[in-house]
Amino acid sequence: MSGLVYFSSVSENTRRFVEKLGLPATRIPLYPRRDGMPLVTEPYVLVVPTYGGGERAGAVPKQVIRFLNVEANRVLLRGVIASGNTNFGADYCLAGRVISAKCGVPELYRFELLGTDRDVRAVREGLREFWTRHSSTAGRPAA
Amino acid sequence: MTTSTTPLTEISVTPPSYRHDPAARLRPVNWNRVTDEKDLEVWNRLTANFWLPEKVPLSNDVNAWQQRLTAEERTLTMRVFTGLTMLDTVQATVGEIVQIQDARTEHEEAVYTNIAFMQAVHARSYSSVFSTLSNTPEIDDAYRWAVDNDVLQQRCKTVLKHYYGNDPLKRKVASTLLSSLLLYAGFYLPLHFSTHALLTNTADMIRLILRDKAVHGYYSGYKYQRGLEKRTAAEREEMREFTYDLLEELYRLELRYSGELYEPLGLMDDVAVFVRYNADKALMNLGYPARFSAEETEVNPEILAALSPGADENHDFFSGSGSSYVMGKAEDTADDDWDF
Repeated sequence: MSGLVYFSSVSENTRRFVEKLGLPATRIPLYPRRDGMPLVTEPYVLVVPTYGGGERAGAVPKQVIRFLNVEANRVLLRGVIASGNTNFGADYCLAGRVISAKCGVPELYRFELLGTDRDVRAVREGLREFWTRHSSTAGRPAA
Repeated sequence: MTTSTTPLTEISVTPPSYRHDPAARLRPVNWNRVTDEKDLEVWNRLTANFWLPEKVPLSNDVNAWQQRLTAEERTLTMRVFTGLTMLDTVQATVGEIVQIQDARTEHEEAVYTNIAFMQAVHARSYSSVFSTLSNTPEIDDAYRWAVDNDVLQQRCKTVLKHYYGNDPLKRKVASTLLSSLLLYAGFYLPLHFSTHALLTNTADMIRLILRDKAVHGYYSGYKYQRGLEKRTAAEREEMREFTYDLLEELYRLELRYSGELYEPLGLMDDVAVFVRYNADKALMNLGYPARFSAEETEVNPEILAALSPGADENHDFFSGSGSSYVMGKAEDTADDDWDF
């Protein structure tokens, strides 16, 4: 079983979802320059909110981009889970697709806002199976 | 004279405080000193999303309106949109404006003026649909129907009571519930029509409105939670109960109001699911758990697809079914921020 990394803005929506998962998780800080950017050492899945509206380029929070710009962090990324709001139409959970395309990892799951109990169950069980399947390749860098 | 090192926020107030203290020194909004980054972020998103109904080619829907919709469907559309106009009028002229006095930052005051104007644009946009597709006698009939409809009136007044009440947090709850619960039975109709390739430009306009509503609901909900943090545990519990009670009250009214409109066309079950789904999203915006079960909020996949193309597809890679192994395709994002 490997880890989770997530970003949550001051609205704390994503943090609440990750807490409900009850799995060890590292938070990308709101102010990485002040608080320091985490450096991961084992494969992980990223949980990221989509910044809806405005420019599509702004869908991925800046802090997450900076985190992934660190190569050591990027090579250990195995999958991405995105949150969003279906009100944004085609841009729903866009951050997951952007990161999936940029980093060549699968988009694993989508949920809205805080996520429902059903989402929590699906992600918890899904992650367990995902890491079991990936345990043999976990040490290798992402393709 | 005060010394130049005292923060201005400690020795001055913003204009809404004049009502309580006419002697206090006034301070202009200073966007160079933002204290809650959400204010600037939301302001930027709102201004980037700005649109006007004149940009939507509604006249392309005239043919479908005249030749493909039944008289019953046309009347339903007029009434549903007049109902939406009523709610957006409430928001533009009262719901958003009354939240200015409760703002926690001076920038929040500015954001509500933006939201209020956008609600007025939404209210205006339904009239664009009317004037493009319908005629003055039919439009006047729909407005008379709205004024005569007791349940429609009660829905608005149930919310207005709290807008003019004493509790800033109750205003926020009422506003979030109006935006996420009461409006969606109305949005359902154009989404439903668009799944049959009817009034598709009107549906495009509704999608622009939906995008705005998502930001409005998120912002009010966020500010609600910031305000709630300052309350005692007993007060927080009282607010939680108030929220679920008001939700029940509005939900019951909504079933009566929408039932009258949609039952003759056999659409009410579908509409009720959509209302419950959005009621739960309102609760999430306020930071509360869902009221309805997953089964009760399973939106018709056609409606979900009309709302959010692709959202109905299985993006659950974990379940391992079908084509769910989604590898994102390149998006037109600026590469400036990505180093690799």
